[in-house]
Amino acid sequence: MGKIIMTADDSASVRQMVSFTLKQNGYEVVEAVDGKDALQKLGGQKVDMLITDLNMPNLDGIGLIKGARALPSCKFIPIVMLTTESQDSKKQEGKAAGATGWIVKPFKPEQLMAVVKKVLG
Amino acid sequence: MDLARFSQTFFEECSEHLADIERILLGLDVHRPDGEELNALFRSAHTIKGSAGIFGFDDMTVVTHLLESLLDRIRGGELLLSPAMIDLFLQAKDTIAMQLGWHRDGKPVNQQAVEEVCSSLQQLAEQDLSSSPALGASSDGENSAAGRAGIYEIDFVPDLDLFLRGARMDYLFDELAQLGTFTAQAEVAELPAIEEFDPEECHTRWRLQLLASCMEREIRDVFEFVADEGQLQVRKLDSTDGSKFTALPVVPPLQPAGEALPFGRRAYDRNEAAPGAFGRRGSETESSIRVGVAKVDQLINQVGELVITQAMLRQMGDALDPVHFENLHRGLQQLERNTRDLQQSVMSIRLVPISIVFNRFPRLVRELAAKLGKQVELKLVGETTELDKGLVEKIADPLTHLVRNALDHALEVPEIRTAAGKAPTGTVTLQASQAGGRVVIDVIDDGAGLNREKILLKAAERGIAAVDTMTDDEVWQLIFAPGFSTAEAVTDISGRGVGMDVVQKNVQSLGGRVAIKSERGRGTTVTISLPLTLAILDGLSVGVGEERLIVPINAIIESFQPTDDNLRTVNSREVVHVRGEYIPILHLHRIFNLNGAVTDPRKGILMVIEVEGEKGAILVDSLQDELQIVIKSMEDNYRKVEGTSGATILGDGRVALILDVGALMQQAKMGRVTTGVGPDRKEARVYAG
Repeated sequence: MGKIIMTADDSASVRQMVSFTLKQNGYEVVEAVDGKDALQKLGGQKVDMLITDLNMPNLDGIGLIKGARALPSCKFIPIVMLTTESQDSKKQEGKAAGATGWIVKPFKPEQLMAVVKKVLG
Repeated sequence: MDLARFSQTFFEECSEHLADIERILLGLDVHRPDGEELNALFRSAHTIKGSAGIFGFDDMTVVTHLLESLLDRIRGGELLLSPAMIDLFLQAKDTIAMQLGWHRDGKPVNQQAVEEVCSSLQQLAEQDLSSSPALGASSDGENSAAGRAGIYEIDFVPDLDLFLRGARMDYLFDELAQLGTFTAQAEVAELPAIEEFDPEECHTRWRLQLLASCMEREIRDVFEFVADEGQLQVRKLDSTDGSKFTALPVVPPLQPAGEALPFGRRAYDRNEAAPGAFGRRGSETESSIRVGVAKVDQLINQVGELVITQAMLRQMGDALDPVHFENLHRGLQQLERNTRDLQQSVMSIRLVPISIVFNRFPRLVRELAAKLGKQVELKLVGETTELDKGLVEKIADPLTHLVRNALDHALEVPEIRTAAGKAPTGTVTLQASQAGGRVVIDVIDDGAGLNREKILLKAAERGIAAVDTMTDDEVWQLIFAPGFSTAEAVTDISGRGVGMDVVQKNVQSLGGRVAIKSERGRGTTVTISLPLTLAILDGLSVGVGEERLIVPINAIIESFQPTDDNLRTVNSREVVHVRGEYIPILHLHRIFNLNGAVTDPRKGILMVIEVEGEKGAILVDSLQDELQIVIKSMEDNYRKVEGTSGATILGDGRVALILDVGALMQQAKMGRVTTGVGPDRKEARVYAG
């Protein structure tokens, strides 16, 4: 059975691209439109990994990471955040919140897969 | 991988974000901006930038990046917002929209404008921050010569929270194993007392030796997520003879190097059995989905065909004995209801709120008012009124025209307004509402109103037939005449007139009408009325000779058989006298050159129709059936036939023309002047182009 990865992003195009890439590589994907949506969905189902944008309405990426880490099912899963080069401080903030890694936007599908393999084996 | 398939989504999304940006910018209180709105602004810019980069639209990234970093500083309170900034940001938004247009539709990009905006943004960024972060500064300064095979000694002291951040050493080792062969030695650092010991913390340090031909950088990349500065030491040992390599006790690799197993087949992947691991395809609760317009149109078309089939079945059923075939009749009735429901649901997919068009006007009015030195308040009423998406797109231009006219020509400058005893700020109201089967859009201003004398004068100059005895409404109609006004002519008239004929033509092509009301000194109201949708119509089928024609039901007032007392001739026109009103009679058989029709109103039926307050009585042989019809375009399948708005297929498979009652009335009015219709004129009026 394929592993399940959640992608949380308020941008439908990024979400679709991430989702498509992951599915191509044999993963199952759960999509969430923002942090709140993601957290709600995480409460109902177990995922093996979380990829989240940082800037999202309702609940941002940092909030989502903190919230997810508080869930027993998400305590040790890899969480990767999507950042931009202008957000170096965000990397530290994300790490402190419990992010496993990050992908710098803009990224190519290959880069995404490299990171997924890195943290999810 | 081909990303083009997502481009469409990106374009739509990007347009939405751009619209958001504009809306927020225009609504922003410069002196006390709302934090949430600033965040939303930043997010929109941020999203566009991120997505544009992914899809390879780098030109858009450049502008958005500048915009985004400024917005970020503003929301962080680092930079104070000023009105000039809003203007600049709006410009930047336009630039991005222009670039979007280029990628989407191949519209040309004004490169100079792009550069100007970029440099303005850049200046703004540098103004009070000398050390602005350089864009895209690359951090790979170190670029040591490609490593020959060598031994690296790696010391890694992870954070205590290594595992809490979801990192796993085994994956890290897998990755290292792909670079070369390595040995690892774990060392437990000083542990806290057992009562304070947290088993989830990482107290292990690692010393690794790696035999690989790679660059130091590649090794550091492996540890990118887990090691900060100082937590990772990588040393290249001089010797490559391998003698030192085996100095450490060999730990068997967790995984044979260089051999990737298929995903989800790892021995230690126990997630499959974990509680909650099954039934994981949770239902996606999306509030909306994007569907291509072509798909919706196809759906509408197919439902249209279904409606025709249903009408056909009903007609066949009607011929059958209701007693013997009671069940069939019941089924057919149900089919009719269901078809109608289905049709309504499908049609509603295409309906969108008119706010999509209205939202462009705050910006337009703001800029135009500033340019003209007028004070204008724009009121939007009924923005949630829904109409067909196709109409929304096409109504934008005529509306823009009308709003421009109102600002440019109708509204007075503040001094004149004050002198006339009016408030210095003029008001333009855009008002949409639904009335019957139509959507009515009013463009109302409280400006000077139309000037009757000047219009008549202008009409005379242009050789347009006009007499002083015309009513005001007739005079206002003159400005719709083609060639009535050019730009210069209009500046003389304190009313409007710029290309009103174009506005009318555009609106008419949508099956709509334009009407004007105006009062001197009080203002002007231009009313556009449009059909709710382009594809469907409730109609009454009437017989004229051999043919059947469809009259839109919302135009019909009443039908009756006239007597001699009702029929008169006024100004050599046939009229019918109904409750004190004289209504002109339109002979359909003449207009469409139909044979075998009733020519004497006393033997046929007169159907009174009303369009925009004007009435006419059309002469038909018989009234037949009320039906919901699917409009098929005549232009697409044949050619335009004047006086009709399309055709439909009836239940028996015959084609029936749909009357464009508005056009008929206008032709009748013109007919009064040009053809002087005689009572038994038989030859065809040729309308077809």
